[in-house]
Amino acid sequence: MINAGDTAFVLISAAMVMLMTPGLALFYGGMVRRKNILSVLMQCSVILCVLSVQWVLFGYSLCFAPSNGFFGSLHWIGLNGIGLGPYDGYAPTIPHQAFIIFQAMFAVITPALIIGAFAERIKFSAFLVFSILWATFVYAPVCHWVWGIGGWLRNYGVMDFAGGIVVHTTAGIAALVTTLMIGRRKNLEHNVPAPHNLPFVVLGTAMLWFGWFGFNAGSALAANGVAANAFMVTNTAAAAAGLVWALLEWVRNGKPTIFGTVTGAIAGLATVTPASGFVSPLSAIAIGILASICCFIGVSIIKPRFGYDDSLDAFGVHGIGGMLGTLLTGLFASKAFNPAGADGLFFGNPKQFFIQLYAVAVVALYTATVTFVIYKLVDVFMGMRVKEKDELIGLDLTQHRERAYTVIE
Amino acid sequence: MKLIIAIIQPYKLEEVKEELYKADVNLITVSEVLGHGRQKGVTEVYRGAKETGNLLRKIRLEIAVNDNFLEPTIKAIIKGAKTGDTGDGKIFVMDLKECIRIRTEERGSTAIG
Repeated sequence: MINAGDTAFVLISAAMVMLMTPGLALFYGGMVRRKNILSVLMQCSVILCVLSVQWVLFGYSLCFAPSNGFFGSLHWIGLNGIGLGPYDGYAPTIPHQAFIIFQAMFAVITPALIIGAFAERIKFSAFLVFSILWATFVYAPVCHWVWGIGGWLRNYGVMDFAGGIVVHTTAGIAALVTTLMIGRRKNLEHNVPAPHNLPFVVLGTAMLWFGWFGFNAGSALAANGVAANAFMVTNTAAAAAGLVWALLEWVRNGKPTIFGTVTGAIAGLATVTPASGFVSPLSAIAIGILASICCFIGVSIIKPRFGYDDSLDAFGVHGIGGMLGTLLTGLFASKAFNPAGADGLFFGNPKQFFIQLYAVAVVALYTATVTFVIYKLVDVFMGMRVKEKDELIGLDLTQHRERAYTVIE
Repeated sequence: MKLIIAIIQPYKLEEVKEELYKADVNLITVSEVLGHGRQKGVTEVYRGAKETGNLLRKIRLEIAVNDNFLEPTIKAIIKGAKTGDTGDGKIFVMDLKECIRIRTEERGSTAIG
C-alpha cells in the first residue's frame, strides 16, 4: 500500500543523496592542485552518468534481485517488470522505483569516494573501466550480502543502516589498495601539495552534510520516527566530530583549521552512517568523538608513518570511519531506537559486536582481493597511471584538454 | 652582480628548483606569466590543445647572483628546463647595479646571498 508521505520523503532523500556526488567532487576538487581540479570534477560527474545507466541495465538487479545469498539474480535486468507498485520485500509503502532510484545514488557515490586515493595521477580511460568493473564485482555483491533479500550477511544478523559496510568499508579498503598499487605522486618530498581552494572544500562539505540527511534518514525508507532519529544522530555525530578534530589540531599543532574541522565532520558522518538508524543522540556524540580521534590518528600519524599517498584521505576518513562506525554499531545499538534492529554490547548483547566485526573483516578481505585483481587487469591492458610528463603538466590539460582558471582574461 | 630572468615551462618548475638547490642557489622569485615566442602560441606541450594565437602560460624566475654564481645558475636552469622542444623558454642576463637588503641595509654582493 503506497503511502504518499513516505514516497515524497524517499524521493526527496534520493535527490539529496544525488547532490552528495557533486558535493564530493568539490570537496575533493578543492584539495587537489589547480591543474587537476577539473579531472576530479570530471571523474565524479562521469561516475554519476555511467553508474546511473549501469544501475538501470543490470546494477540494481545484481544488488537487489532475490536469488542466493551471494549475488543478485538477473531477474530485474533493465528494470524489467518493475512497474509502478511497491515491492514489499524492501519497502512496502513506497513505489519500487522510489527505492531503486534512492539506492542508485548510493551505487553512484561509492566508487566516487575512491577517487581520493589516486587523484592527480590516474588515467581517465582506465579509471572509467576500473569504476564500472568495481561497481559490478565489488559493490554489487557486497550490497547484496548486506541489504539484498537472502543476502548471507543480512541473514547472519549484521546491522548496517545506511552503508558503513556497503559504502564506506568497500570504498575505503579499495582506496587503500589502489593507493598502494598506483604509488606516490611525483615530487612530493620538496613540494607538499597544498589544497588549491579550501572554500570549495567547505562548500563540498556543506553539500555532503546536507545530502547525508537524505542518505541516513532516507534509509528508513519511510517518514517515521526511525528516520527522524537517524536525522538527529547524523547531525549530532557530524557536529561532535568536527569540533573534536578542531580541538585535536589546536592541541597538537597550535591552531585549529577549517580544513581539519570539515574533515572531522565528514569523518563523523561516515562513522555514524551504519549506526544512524539504531543509536541514541547521546551515543551519536560518543560516536562523533571516537570518529575524529581514530581518523585523526589515521590521517596524521599512520599515513605519514607508512608513507602511502592516499592523496585526499579516502581511506583515512571514509575507510576508517566506515569500519569504526560498523563496529560501534555493535556497541551502541539499542532496540529502544529501532525495534527492528538489535541491542549492542552496551545494551547487553555482546554477540552483536562480534557479528559486526566478522562482517567488516570478511567484506574488507573480499574488497581488497577483488579490487587488487580488477586493478591489475586494467593496469595490464590500459595502464592505470598517466605518464610522468602528463602528471607534471596536470590531468586537466592532458586528460581533458581543459583548464579551470585563467591568469589574465 | 647579475640579474637573471628566465622564462620556463610551468611543469618544469619543480625540476628547475631542484637543480638550483643543488647548485646552492636558494634565493629565487617566481611568478606566473603569459606570453609566446616565435611560434605565436602554437606549442606541442599542451598535447595539441587548440592554442593558436593565444598566450601561453609560463613561469618567470628572477634570480640575482654574484658573478661567480652566474654560470652555475644558468647551467642549473638549462638542466632543469630543457626538453629540446619548442617552448622550453629563454634566459636573460643583465648587469645589476645595486642590491640592498632591507632588514640590515647591507649593500652590494653581501646583500645578495
